[in-house]
Amino acid sequence: MARAVTNTRKTVNTVIAWSIGLLIFFPILWTILTSFKTEAQAINDPPLFLFFDWTLENYAAVQERSNYMRFLWNSIIIAGGSTLLGVIIAVPAAWSMAFVPSKRTKDILLWMLSTKMLPAVGVLYPIYLIFIQLGLLDTRVGLVVVLMLINMPIIVWMLYTYFREIPVEILEASRMDGASLRDEILYVLAPMALPGIASTVLLNFILAWNEAFWTLNLTAAKAAPLTAFIASYSSPEGLFFAKLSAASTMAIAPILLLGWFSQKQLVRGLTFGAVK
Amino acid sequence: MKTNLKSKIALGVVAGLAMSAVASAEELTIATVNNGDMIRMQGLTDDFTAKTGHTVEWVTLEENVLRQRVTTDITTKGGAFDIMTIGMYETPIWGSNGWLVPLDDLSEEYNAADILPAMAGGLSHDGTLFAAPFYGESSMIMYRTDLMEAAGMEMPDAPSWSFIAKAARAMTDRDAEINGICLRGKAGWGEGGAFITAMSNSFGARWFDEEWNAQFDTREWSDTLNFFVNMMTDAGPAGYATNGFNENLSLFQQGKCGMWIDATVAASFVTNPDDSTVADKVGFALAPDNGLGVRSNWLWAWALAIPAGTQKEAAAKEFIEWATSTGYIDLVAEKEGWANVPPGARTSLYENPDYQAVPFAQMTLDSILSADPNNSTVDPSPYVGVQFAAIPEFAGIATEVSQEFSAAYAGQQTVAEALEKAQALTNDAMEAAGYR
Amino acid sequence: MATQHSRSAARLMMAPAVILLLGWMLVPLTMTLYFSFKKFLPLRGDSLGNGLEWVGLENYSRFVGSSSFWPSVQATLIIVGSVLVITVVLGTLLALLLDQPMWGQGIVRILVITPFFVMPTVSGLVWKNMFMDPINGILAHLFKFFGAQPLEWLSQASMQSIIMIVSWQWLPFATLILLTAIQSLDSEQLEASEMDGAPVLKRFWHIILPHMSRAITVVILIQTIFLLSIFAEIFVTTAGAFGTKTLTYLIFQRVLESQNVGLGSAGGVYAIILANIVAIFLMRIVGKNLDR
Repeated sequence: MARAVTNTRKTVNTVIAWSIGLLIFFPILWTILTSFKTEAQAINDPPLFLFFDWTLENYAAVQERSNYMRFLWNSIIIAGGSTLLGVIIAVPAAWSMAFVPSKRTKDILLWMLSTKMLPAVGVLYPIYLIFIQLGLLDTRVGLVVVLMLINMPIIVWMLYTYFREIPVEILEASRMDGASLRDEILYVLAPMALPGIASTVLLNFILAWNEAFWTLNLTAAKAAPLTAFIASYSSPEGLFFAKLSAASTMAIAPILLLGWFSQKQLVRGLTFGAVK
Repeated sequence: MKTNLKSKIALGVVAGLAMSAVASAEELTIATVNNGDMIRMQGLTDDFTAKTGHTVEWVTLEENVLRQRVTTDITTKGGAFDIMTIGMYETPIWGSNGWLVPLDDLSEEYNAADILPAMAGGLSHDGTLFAAPFYGESSMIMYRTDLMEAAGMEMPDAPSWSFIAKAARAMTDRDAEINGICLRGKAGWGEGGAFITAMSNSFGARWFDEEWNAQFDTREWSDTLNFFVNMMTDAGPAGYATNGFNENLSLFQQGKCGMWIDATVAASFVTNPDDSTVADKVGFALAPDNGLGVRSNWLWAWALAIPAGTQKEAAAKEFIEWATSTGYIDLVAEKEGWANVPPGARTSLYENPDYQAVPFAQMTLDSILSADPNNSTVDPSPYVGVQFAAIPEFAGIATEVSQEFSAAYAGQQTVAEALEKAQALTNDAMEAAGYR
Repeated sequence: MATQHSRSAARLMMAPAVILLLGWMLVPLTMTLYFSFKKFLPLRGDSLGNGLEWVGLENYSRFVGSSSFWPSVQATLIIVGSVLVITVVLGTLLALLLDQPMWGQGIVRILVITPFFVMPTVSGLVWKNMFMDPINGILAHLFKFFGAQPLEWLSQASMQSIIMIVSWQWLPFATLILLTAIQSLDSEQLEASEMDGAPVLKRFWHIILPHMSRAITVVILIQTIFLLSIFAEIFVTTAGAFGTKTLTYLIFQRVLESQNVGLGSAGGVYAIILANIVAIFLMRIVGKNLDR
């Protein structure tokens, strides 16, 4: 029996939800709109919404100053690399925690999460010195490793909670059939775990993309990602709302598009075991 | 002996020439601040590459990020940069630690003697130049000639603070969104901290007495801060406690300020009709004083320095010679006009008739010449620097002090409370550093 | 179910992650501890190579003795606590709303989730300049439109502004997790109660909320981990002025602005202790909820 829903109620819901949704989205919308205005229009009072001379001059100005593609490419490599490496290392760990739990499993998990509470700035000097010793300064490899380690606890936890949802009976059945550990993982678990892994990958890609402390402090020119790109626009001289908006839009557009197109996937796995 | 030395030098020069001829093209990594003049320099890098074959990778960062980035790198000898853009505060400290390559062997053609003595002095340690000024600045008054006239007043060339306060109140028209005066209130030693320190000098205040005791409990400091807060409350823009250089520049360009006392380099931005709505109505005057013999203008330079230990010292020097030379000034003048050349670094620029025609040239030079880092306070002080004290601890202390001041500007605490906290935290930090 | 064989295999599979994280924790932690007992002023020429002077507990007492210490702990707890309350309460309401039938639900969900994708630096800059600027910001225009004096957000309502920005960033995360939890609620159970004529509030209190407790726990846990170390939002907006200096920010000032690595490291140790107190506290409440 479906719940009876009157059209009036549905309309009211729609209006309220859309208003709130647009309110929450407004800062981003406003940034995108402003990026197409001239500097003078950007601060116009009353604010201009759609009826202004749309211009691309801010994007041209930003691109002229900094090579966007290189920052973008670094962001993709660093976020992608750290996520990939993280998942490769975390999947076996999460698998064993979920299916061969011991008394200490939960302690280990919570300990892993607690490493994320270490204030980054407190260990900047130690890490910087280590990076110099290892020759990792301003390299993408160095950042891939650091971001992988930073996000590892979250990856392990997400995967762990996801794996736990997989019924053990299926595993036992496959074992009865004489499947080896390898087969068990490859043919039984992997297909069921794939959605969870996918959303873990997405979440961590987003977290790595937006990480702004290490990516800024451990890079110079060669490995600098979009967080460094935006750091050169935070306070330009004179009127700058439009240029700031253009640079901001360029920095967030790729991750926004990725997020929008994959949000169903992301939401499916973004439960951290909350649903039970 | 003498001939021996001479021949050695000759040999060295020949070897140097030979080396530079053979030397392969290098790739330089340069950290710089995102100010207009530096952005312009980035756009002209091709000229450097064409002349020398070296290429340049720019790391352009906002001032605070840049500072934290280059300081971390230099203190750990990270070697991430071949050239760093630093200021008058960092240069003597880093130079004395042996972290910078001395720039005492620049070429004849470069003519280091042409660098303004005030700038060269501030960028040296023990008489050795450690950074070459890209541009230099002092601070001065920029004001709206039309509003001044409407207020029935006339700006003297060297006004006093009481005149400024009176004019500011007279020019204020809240309904028309015109604030009589826009000044920096933003926390940060290089933002509001720099302004209030320079201003306090003209009120007879100082940071430390000769035994390095903090001086915020003196009447001079309380006079400075009270004067500032009263004037800004009556005639300043809303939210001035968070306004720094950029915010004020933007307000002035929109015609929302009657007067603005800030860096002399701003003169070219406010008179540029592309960005400024008031470009043809701007006058200039020396920063105000209080009749105590010290004006309230500062002295600063953004300069290029080479971290010791870089593998690319020769190429880095070539770049510095290119970027801070008269040739570079000519290049910018040719492409963007004389008003846009990097100011305040070279004597010859102010002797150039083309540049003398620029409306703010003379006032800039006068301002620079009237600031003396070695005698910045009325009463004697143990430190060098006008709007800062050139000791390693200053940046940290002054940022915290200016945060207390900003909280007072915002009305979160009284001036007296702010000064009391400033006094305590400064003495604390100086004790920790072993001064007292 | 676990055999000896699978146990050792499990250990082996866990090893890389555990060893890497152990290294990532121990190496910097050891160095931080080491620095915290030393006088380490890089700008005065101190370096590892020159040998550092042992100062005992001086850095620790000085860090706590500073007038900024307790306010910074307080600021940290206020920000974390307020953001948690706001995101959980609003997130629950929003999740309940999004669970209702409506047109264009998918698009609304996209609109709501978007702030989560935005870099903290960018959201700080956008809020600070384009919204909270007291002269050109859109909120100032709005205030003026209604004839009110524009609020100087970042100086007069600094904490509230930071909390607002951070809440805006984390609301999507809370909403999504809570929404998933609501959607998993057994609809028969709900319908039954609806048929009983149980009032809406009662239904929410006795059926929906208990069902969501686990999800709320998860939201609190994850957000606390991230919120304890927020930095970029403060760095680009108030730079620690106007009472918004958190413990993380205070350490940043000691290490980078004052260039006192020893003092900052002692602060780092305090921050770790604070984080662990919060963590233990959380685990007490959360741990039970996470067991099933």
